[in-house]
Amino acid sequence: MTRLTHLQRLEAESISIMRDAVSESERPVMLYSIGKDSAVMLHLAVKAFYPGTLPFPLLHVDTTWKFQDMYRLREKKTNEIGAELIVHRNPRALELGINPFDHGSAMHTDIWKTEGLKQALDNGGYDLAFGGARRDEEKSRAKERIFSVRTKDHRWDPKLQRPELWRLYNARVHPGESVRVFPLSNWTELDVWQYIAQQGIEIVSLYFAAERPVVDRDGTLIMVDDDRFRFREGEVPMRKKVRFRTLGCYPLSGAIESEADTLSAIIQEMLLARTSERQGRLIDHDGKASMEKKKQEGYF
Amino acid sequence: MTSDFAVQQARIADDIEAYLHEHEHKSLLRFITCGSVDDGKSTLIGRLLYESQMVFEDQLASLAADSRVSGTQGGELDLALLVDGLAAEREQGITIDVAYRFFSTEKRKFIVADTPGHEQYTRNMVTGASTADLAIILIDARKGVLTQTRRHSYLVSLLGIQHVVLAVNKIDAVDYAEDVVRQIDVDYRAFAKDLSLRDIVTIPTSALVGDNILTKSPNTPWYDGPTLLGHLEAVEIEEELQHQPFRMPVQWVSRPDLDFRGFAGQIAGGSVRPGDEVRVLPSGRVSKVARIVTMDGDLEAAVAPLSVTLTLQDQVDVSRGDVLAAASASPGVADQFTATLVWMAEQELEPGRPYLLKIGARTVSATVQAPDHKVDVNTLEQLPAETLGLNEIGVCTVTLDRPVPFDPYSDSRDMGGFILIDRLTNNTIGAGMLDSATRRSDNVHWQATDVDKAARSALKGHRPGVVWFTGVPSSGKSTIANLVERQLRLAGRHTYLLDGDNVRHGLNKDLGFSAADRSENIRRVGEVARLMVDAGLIVLVTLVSPYRADRQLAREHLEDGEFFEVFVDAPLAVVQARDPKGLYRKAAAGEATNVTGVDSPYEAPEQPDLHLRTDEMEPEVAASMVLAMLAEAGIT
Repeated sequence: MTRLTHLQRLEAESISIMRDAVSESERPVMLYSIGKDSAVMLHLAVKAFYPGTLPFPLLHVDTTWKFQDMYRLREKKTNEIGAELIVHRNPRALELGINPFDHGSAMHTDIWKTEGLKQALDNGGYDLAFGGARRDEEKSRAKERIFSVRTKDHRWDPKLQRPELWRLYNARVHPGESVRVFPLSNWTELDVWQYIAQQGIEIVSLYFAAERPVVDRDGTLIMVDDDRFRFREGEVPMRKKVRFRTLGCYPLSGAIESEADTLSAIIQEMLLARTSERQGRLIDHDGKASMEKKKQEGYF
Repeated sequence: MTSDFAVQQARIADDIEAYLHEHEHKSLLRFITCGSVDDGKSTLIGRLLYESQMVFEDQLASLAADSRVSGTQGGELDLALLVDGLAAEREQGITIDVAYRFFSTEKRKFIVADTPGHEQYTRNMVTGASTADLAIILIDARKGVLTQTRRHSYLVSLLGIQHVVLAVNKIDAVDYAEDVVRQIDVDYRAFAKDLSLRDIVTIPTSALVGDNILTKSPNTPWYDGPTLLGHLEAVEIEEELQHQPFRMPVQWVSRPDLDFRGFAGQIAGGSVRPGDEVRVLPSGRVSKVARIVTMDGDLEAAVAPLSVTLTLQDQVDVSRGDVLAAASASPGVADQFTATLVWMAEQELEPGRPYLLKIGARTVSATVQAPDHKVDVNTLEQLPAETLGLNEIGVCTVTLDRPVPFDPYSDSRDMGGFILIDRLTNNTIGAGMLDSATRRSDNVHWQATDVDKAARSALKGHRPGVVWFTGVPSSGKSTIANLVERQLRLAGRHTYLLDGDNVRHGLNKDLGFSAADRSENIRRVGEVARLMVDAGLIVLVTLVSPYRADRQLAREHLEDGEFFEVFVDAPLAVVQARDPKGLYRKAAAGEATNVTGVDSPYEAPEQPDLHLRTDEMEPEVAASMVLAMLAEAGIT
């Protein structure tokens, strides 16, 4: 008997989900956010369709406010695997100059990401979109399906959600409706890190500790990533050895002080840490049950 | 915090590399917990998460706050609140559902399916059990084996879970009495001997206090078995799957270039090596495995449940949905089965109505006969039934439109489990477990003939196809179809007009106008039309055909580009005024029932190939539009 490891079984499940989803849809797409979960999802996709190329494009819903390192890795990675990359920037947000400094995290996220994602999905006429969400991220995600149906206006409607048995997923939708598929549903943060280490998957350097210019905003360390940063009066960036547990728009991503500059050190820090991963995400703190609300509105 | 936890933290701090190396070799166990909140189910899961350090400080802080507000432990940490969102969900009107939780120890990663235990949530429990390797059945030590214990055990057994832990919980509330546990164990085994549970382990626990969860409790010196977590870490689950004969449903045919043709899928049972003889089902062709291809290099062997890509030594035809199986121990192939069905939709089972059935990587059309019987989940009694409603379980005969490879569910979940999908709503409305074939087609292969459709069509000088005229009575279907056929005949095309009224005098004279009979009427006409297309004809079908699902079925019997749906449409007032057969007049007078558009529904096509408003155009114009459509599609 061959004893399989948990990572082998998780990998096999994710690959199987992707092959099934692509076969059952007309126009699939993969949402690519450049973070560590996206990196793992993309790696699994390349494996699933090897030796062929990816049978779907990657879609990055850009806000123009991501870390520069993220844009660099995006270009490098998509060139490496020869994937088709679609970058969508909400033209309305571009025109209005929406940014986290003037408009706050809620509006910034809503217009660039939630509205931008809807536009991008409508433009492409996609009936299925892969996303890198995991069930362990948050209490309200524990019940999320692997195949999650969205209405014509991309809302999550509890009535549309289907029982999922065995490995039999139902991707059938009416014209205009779509399915979000989460191949990493059963992975935990630890699984993701272990898999990155085991497979040697390249991730954005910001996950590793390094000296970076930061300012302290009400107890949260924000990195000064480009010259669009708005300093408060008398504010001067400090150099601190920091890293990020999650990555998004740089003015909205809280850094942690850390010495962890290798994968094992990161995992060690995570295992000894006493706060959950999402704590550094500023959008989660906007209101109670805000993720649940955002999901219903169409945010990932 | 337990001392084990501190030890583990120290090891992580001291030697992370060694720790990671161990954790890379963890295995995975999926289990389900069955019981109600009263049995301490949420507390148990909360305790497992807490003890295995899956709870972070910010979560602990909010747990402490929640415990003060709505806890049941007098302000102490209430672990149930870590997982118990049910009360809040009920208030918010969110569906009560299956939640998946994760924790890991040094030996294993665990995925827990957490489902509400009440009778009305049979659907959820079945869903959670379908992917579980083991079930923890909670019993309140003060109450013993209850009706719900029987229900949970029946469902666990039905879904093929072999390993059961009987957690006799709240043992602290009966003063750790050995005889209480012994009696419950005896009662349970007596009841369970009729079920197919292979491995039952009884453990006295207190999730609240932590007795025998992670560490052996000093309060139960008479108990010499494993702790709950100790058992979960040790139970062996993969061996059985890997010792089965090889099975792999093909999910994806990989053709990156002309030289490579790979068949990708997740191994459902057994193992495979290059050189192994495999049979392709349902075609029955045999070949040998050439390579097991992965991005990390070719493998010398692969086992269930890995996802792989196989290449074969011969050029054999394999498509998505086919099964590659050990040639020496192939699965059966059949198109009619008995199956146990769990109904999961508000809308009840309609015997005879065509549904979609997904099994492995294959989706086919299926009809279900009225149940032989249904099962009372509390008493296991067999009751007569006409249909199945939400959360009901019954044994039914299922007929498919084509043969599929299968193994009985009791041998293989992936080869014998299926879901039913409603064609209109696209919802998953039922789940089933195949028992045995009632009409095998192992030896009935399609007789290949030398003169095929293309050859017959070539002789005719045009392509075959079906023009399907649908619409309420008196909308003008026959009038237009007649005009179209006359024009086609003048142009030298070979045609046949299948009239819905006429076939009821012969082929379908045994059928009435109930929903089931209407579906069967249409199925037969669709089948005749398909044969005529095979013979090379252009077939004009005029049939009210009120249900979308039936018309879709007729379309699916044909190849792409051979089926044209023409919606013949006029307002009810207009057709009632026309009424050449006096049908609407009779309906109004109460002399006729089941009249489409009046007391029987008509589901208009969503995307017809052609939409003809006969109140707005002459029949000749409508006919010319049909002819133009056929010409454009390359039929004529």
